Amino acid sequence: MSIRFLHKILKNPTVLASGILGNSKDILERVHENGCGLMTLKSIGPEPRDGHKNPTVIDLGCGMINAVGLPSPGYLNMENEWEALENRNFPIIASVYGSSIDEYRKVAEYVSSKKPDFIEINISCPNSEKHGMIFGINRESSRDVVSAVKKVISVPLIVKLTPQAPDIADIARTCEDAGADAICAINTLGPGMVIDIESKRPVLSFKKGGLSGPMIKPVAVRCVFDIYKAVSIPIIGLGGITTGEDAVEMVMAGASLVGIGTAVRYRGIEVFQKVAGEMDDWLADHALSLTDIKGAAHNE
Amino acid sequence: MMTNPITDQKPVMLRVMEKKTENTGFATLFFEYSLPFRPGRFIMVWIPGLDEKPYTISLHDQDRFAVTIEAKGIFSKKALTLEKGDLIGIRGPFGNGFEIKPGQSAAVVAGGCGMAPLATLADHLPDITTFIHGARSKEFILFPGRFSVPREFCTDDGSLGHKGLVTDLLEKNIVLGKHFDMVYACGPEIMMYKVFELCETHGIPCQVSLERYMRCGFGVCGACVCGKQVVCKDGPVFHSRDLRKMKDFNTKALLKSGKEVDLSQYFSWRCQ
Ligand SMILES: Cc1cc2nc3c(=O)[nH]c(=O)nc-3n(C[C@H](O)[C@H](O)[C@H](O)COP(=O)(O)O)c2cc1C
Ligand code: FES
Repeated sequence: MSIRFLHKILKNPTVLASGILGNSKDILERVHENGCGLMTLKSIGPEPRDGHKNPTVIDLGCGMINAVGLPSPGYLNMENEWEALENRNFPIIASVYGSSIDEYRKVAEYVSSKKPDFIEINISCPNSEKHGMIFGINRESSRDVVSAVKKVISVPLIVKLTPQAPDIADIARTCEDAGADAICAINTLGPGMVIDIESKRPVLSFKKGGLSGPMIKPVAVRCVFDIYKAVSIPIIGLGGITTGEDAVEMVMAGASLVGIGTAVRYRGIEVFQKVAGEMDDWLADHALSLTDIKGAAHNE
Repeated sequence: MMTNPITDQKPVMLRVMEKKTENTGFATLFFEYSLPFRPGRFIMVWIPGLDEKPYTISLHDQDRFAVTIEAKGIFSKKALTLEKGDLIGIRGPFGNGFEIKPGQSAAVVAGGCGMAPLATLADHLPDITTFIHGARSKEFILFPGRFSVPREFCTDDGSLGHKGLVTDLLEKNIVLGKHFDMVYACGPEIMMYKVFELCETHGIPCQVSLERYMRCGFGVCGACVCGKQVVCKDGPVFHSRDLRKMKDFNTKALLKSGKEVDLSQYFSWRCQ
């Protein structure tokens, strides 16, 4: 089921979500060997950052809550990883974040020189007071970040959006106008909170955290549906995709590619080949192609 | 108090049933709870308001389990101030545990607090022929009198048993013609690497239990990657056949930030 996404031919439409399994070449290669079409690196920031104390990632059965807190070696301290990734035989998206337009620009410009296949800007992480989401809930700051980054990079730009934006379709359109080549939606939902009633404490050390997995899928599908109506650039749809049928649903909402994160927890690293295989089976059973079903839910 | 079942999902608060001071800087916390378990698996221990860390299960029977904690950092020191009746959060168990085949003659090689996961293995494994335990000095030997198989000791300072390395003792056993179907080892990574090398030289399979910084415990966040493996889910126990391909074994690990560093730098951070 090979598929073209912007300038790149991918072996199938599955994408590893950012923040899942990290930045080491070896593990990304294993994800690729397990059937993933396009691998996203853990978001890279301007400075070394440890992230929050544990507990940071908790499974709730119907999905997860996490406040890992954007740990990153910092963009200047990843030479080993870049060197290893130079000789890769799989496509990658490098995800970047900052706490100011200037930081986004600086990190993205440097990362671009390392020749990832795509750069994604994370303007949607809810787990830090000053990074990420605060840029993605507002039209002006989304536009400014996108146009600043677009000017300094030499690979296509993906913008990752938050469902916390009051009107995600409006943000997506703004990003398209500012030069985004694709949209990725959604980042985690919330933030939410889980309190342990015996100790009377929030379970996450950061207290709040983003929700992911099956429990957020309806929100993700709705967001992708709304964005598809508003833009003409391709969309990576993600949020709760666990099976081939989930992926088909996301494509019908308008996604070109489907991201998978939390489902690694429920179906292992093999989830990518499973989902891709199940999509194929579903399409074959219905005598349809991916192109036939893309955005199909929009037909009146 | 009725407790909810402990799972690998959100932590469940359990009361400390008993605290036993082991020896210099070690204590064991016991919990009354029947945990599904295999030797070598671990749990995440949460002290609300402080942190959460992985601990291997050091004792397990029908209706209780225990973790043995060394007072090293802020977290473990706090854990060791807990008393009977205090609440602590637990989720798990996680990881694969040791692969055990009945009827095989096994050597068990423990270094320092690497004894903890091997203790439950030794309790469950009937066919240990050689049991080697190394420590800094006599005061750091864990679980005296616990095992039916006698241990061969070695210490860095010679205060108990052989003065030198666990691998000296393992090699001596092999050279003297003892046959092992499997060697189980846990301790400092350099020690496990030496055990692995020795076993490779003599064509003996081995299993070692690795340690890396962890967050989720179930193979999603990537904090604990070691080569192509995630230690929390593919491990923490790795067999020779995995170790041969694992180029980060005894060479590289990730800091909390995700930065890849040499193992010496990693352990100087971990031991703070
Ligand atoms: C543990 C964890 C860490 C994450 N870290 C990042 C990150 O660094 N950057 C980012 O853009 N999204 C991050 N996300 C969000 C995911 O990429 C994804 O958008 C979200 O989890 C929804 O997809 P899912 O339901 O398939 O997991 C993280 C999610 C989880 C669960
Ligand atoms: S601790 Fe998260 S992958 Fe191992």
